[in-house]
Amino acid sequence: MKKRIISGILVLALMLGCLYVAQRLLVPKYQKGIVEGSMIAEYYKDKSDHEVLFVGDCEVYENFSTIELWKDYGITSYIRGSAQQLTWQSYYLLEDALRYETPKVVVFNVLALKYNEPQNEAYNRMSIDGMKWSMSKVNDIKASMTPDETFVEYLFPLLRYHSRWSELKNDDFEHIFSKDLVSHNGYYMRVDTKAQGDFPDPTPLADYTLGDKAMGYLQKMVDLCKEKGIDLILIKAPTEFPHWYDEWDEQVRAFAEENGVEYINYIPLQDEIGLDMTQDTYDAGLHLNTQGAEKMAKYFGQYLVDNYDLTDYRTDASYASIWQEKVDFYNEMKAQQYSELEQYGELRSFGANAIED
Amino acid sequence: MLFTSYEFIAFLAIVFVLYYLVPKRAQWPLLLVFSYVFYYLADPRYLIFILVTTISTYVLSIRMEKINTEQNAYIAENKATLSREEKKAYKAKMKARKWHLLLVCLFLNIGILAVTKYTNFVINNINSFLSDASKLQLVDMIIPMGISFYTFQTMGYIIDVYRGKQEAQKNPFKLALFVSFFPQLVQGPISRYGDLSQTLFSEHKFEGKTVSFGLTRILWGYFKKVVIADRIITAVTTLVGNPDQYAGTYVFIAMLFYAFELYCDFTGGIDITIGIAEVMGIRVAENFNLPYFSKNIKEYWNRWHITMGTWFTDYIFYPISVCGPMLKLSKWSRAHLGETIGKRVPIYLSSFVVWFATGIWHGAAWNFIVWGLMNFVVIMISQELEPLYAKFHHRFAVEGKAPWEAFRIIRTILLMSCIRMFDCYRDVPLTFKMVGTMFTQADLSVFTNGSLLGLGITAADYLVLVVGFVIVLSVSLYKYHRGPVREALYAKPAAVYYGAMALLFVITIIFGAYGAGYDSSQFIYNQF
Repeated sequence: MKKRIISGILVLALMLGCLYVAQRLLVPKYQKGIVEGSMIAEYYKDKSDHEVLFVGDCEVYENFSTIELWKDYGITSYIRGSAQQLTWQSYYLLEDALRYETPKVVVFNVLALKYNEPQNEAYNRMSIDGMKWSMSKVNDIKASMTPDETFVEYLFPLLRYHSRWSELKNDDFEHIFSKDLVSHNGYYMRVDTKAQGDFPDPTPLADYTLGDKAMGYLQKMVDLCKEKGIDLILIKAPTEFPHWYDEWDEQVRAFAEENGVEYINYIPLQDEIGLDMTQDTYDAGLHLNTQGAEKMAKYFGQYLVDNYDLTDYRTDASYASIWQEKVDFYNEMKAQQYSELEQYGELRSFGANAIED
Repeated sequence: MLFTSYEFIAFLAIVFVLYYLVPKRAQWPLLLVFSYVFYYLADPRYLIFILVTTISTYVLSIRMEKINTEQNAYIAENKATLSREEKKAYKAKMKARKWHLLLVCLFLNIGILAVTKYTNFVINNINSFLSDASKLQLVDMIIPMGISFYTFQTMGYIIDVYRGKQEAQKNPFKLALFVSFFPQLVQGPISRYGDLSQTLFSEHKFEGKTVSFGLTRILWGYFKKVVIADRIITAVTTLVGNPDQYAGTYVFIAMLFYAFELYCDFTGGIDITIGIAEVMGIRVAENFNLPYFSKNIKEYWNRWHITMGTWFTDYIFYPISVCGPMLKLSKWSRAHLGETIGKRVPIYLSSFVVWFATGIWHGAAWNFIVWGLMNFVVIMISQELEPLYAKFHHRFAVEGKAPWEAFRIIRTILLMSCIRMFDCYRDVPLTFKMVGTMFTQADLSVFTNGSLLGLGITAADYLVLVVGFVIVLSVSLYKYHRGPVREALYAKPAAVYYGAMALLFVITIIFGAYGAGYDSSQFIYNQF
């Protein structure tokens, strides 16, 4: 009987080990093409703390070069952003980050306030799967799940991704236990250029009121920052599409005034920033390219330096060595992207072209 | 709560743990509570129906029991004074009282089943004779989960009480558990009170072997259901849902796919049911015994959905066969049609009724009725041809030889699968038409032109299905030739047994067709 119990326990342990390996193998790796799914988890690998933390959707992780903020001002920053990151996801990512550090400034991009309900499982996954387990993650899952999603599939991602067994790629085997960095402190690099085109006219809405859930989480974000002594800045990135309605702008402005936080809408400040949307966007005006993101970082960095008590860490050797690695990686990727542009006229190893068949 | 849902698995885990944690005398009440929770979670309105069935059956069975007791006491008291005729007359009187009670119970409960399940079927049939302007409105009726199963199970119980074969259960809560025992609410089997009650209300201590056997059975059920049935259903749905596009050889493929799907779905579900009960030390009747190894259709029906077949035999076929009018008909037919034909008339008539009832029990549609009657026709023909078979076997001495037995098995599978196509197509004429195209539009190029990859399942899915088929066939062959697989594995070193369980678990988790991207279909028998 004893032998049988020991055998049972050993087999159980072996089975759990196999399931763990299977899970590691089957979860998407987001190492090429759609790399946004890797960005949330990369935060935990970062060796130093940050004085500025961005939270938000693609309008932060594609529009602000964290490396430029370092190079120009010595600002240590990180972007906790993912595709279509909803307000409550930003809140819980902030809450999660505050378990590890307390930045001086938190920047939140307000475009996500337009969404008041869970939207899309794929985006949820890219925002949540990379988080370490904590109550923040649990609450994030609960707030974000679409009706078809289940909590248990977040708890055991194998249950969600098991059917990928028939579509495994080299990347899945190569990165089963370790993944390469894909972002630059959360910044997603694209150096290619596609000039801004004409956007469709904004559709009139039946109701312009920003939703209770989204605004409720914004309030929680304000309260959390106040509690921790952090300055919160609300921004609307300078890109014009998706359309940011004046009615939304007014509501956010009123909210900011009421709560004593900064709100800056950068859309009307494109010229002041120096953005040339024929040159500074890679996808026809939806997001900035690296050239645009660096201009944005220069402008925003100056604002931060002028208005907040931030430290220039470039003279601090311990930070400088860590950041030099980041700068090198940034420059290396930039060079590789420019080289591909020169050679092929387009990016081959980055973006949609890099998605394996 | 579907068997394949995460909620059900969590529910099950809670039940198992609590079952062995509570004092043993509280085990069956715990099951009653969880059975009602299970039913409540499916739809709170269902509780009304199952309560009506339980309460009516309880009250009437207790009254029958009282009549039995009264009768026995009276006869014992007056044994010396009563003449034989008086005793007979008294018994007849008491039987009539019980008969009235039984009729009330049957009318009420079969009535509920009929109204909930067949009202719209009747309206549709009436409407087919009416003009558009005068058509009757369909009724928005709920069909309680598993109503056909628990109604038949309960009616079987009260008929046994009426017959004096079964003592009535005095404890209403125990009867309530018999009616609502959650593992078999979804798709049966149709248990007999005498069988199930032996272990349902007993106290069970935790035994490693029983629990691991139960878990293995559950795993095996999930493997068949989730890895095979829920994967192949996509192709079946595509094939039968687009008859204009998929005729001829495609119908043949749909027929085989559906046979495989139904087998894995239904037997898988029953394995889960029996396994759940087994974990708790409760023995639920087997419902299948390798049906696809049957050599003729009669044998098939002794191996497929066994509890339904025996229910119809015991509670419909025999009572009809020996009822007064049938005996009179038998006498008349023997006198007027001769002994050979005359003796068959009552059997055929009773069988006809049984198969008609079997058909309509499966679903409120002409497809099912015709399916039932097709079974009747084939069974009758094969019975009539028996002397011819005997002559053939005598002359050619093929019986018992492997190729001939294999031929008989394949023939039975094809025949049953063909009849079962009535489940698939939207109406009876279309089914006949599509089955006809198998013979008139055969085109073998469908196996090579890649069109089988356009049925909603990929080459990888086909690979899983082939491997799944080989596993199911191997296990079945082992069981057919050498006996239960679990016992054989358990006799080997523990690591082998637990290793097999672990492997089955891992395979099911990885290769199961569940979760997003798959239509997590309900068990096919859920609404029956």
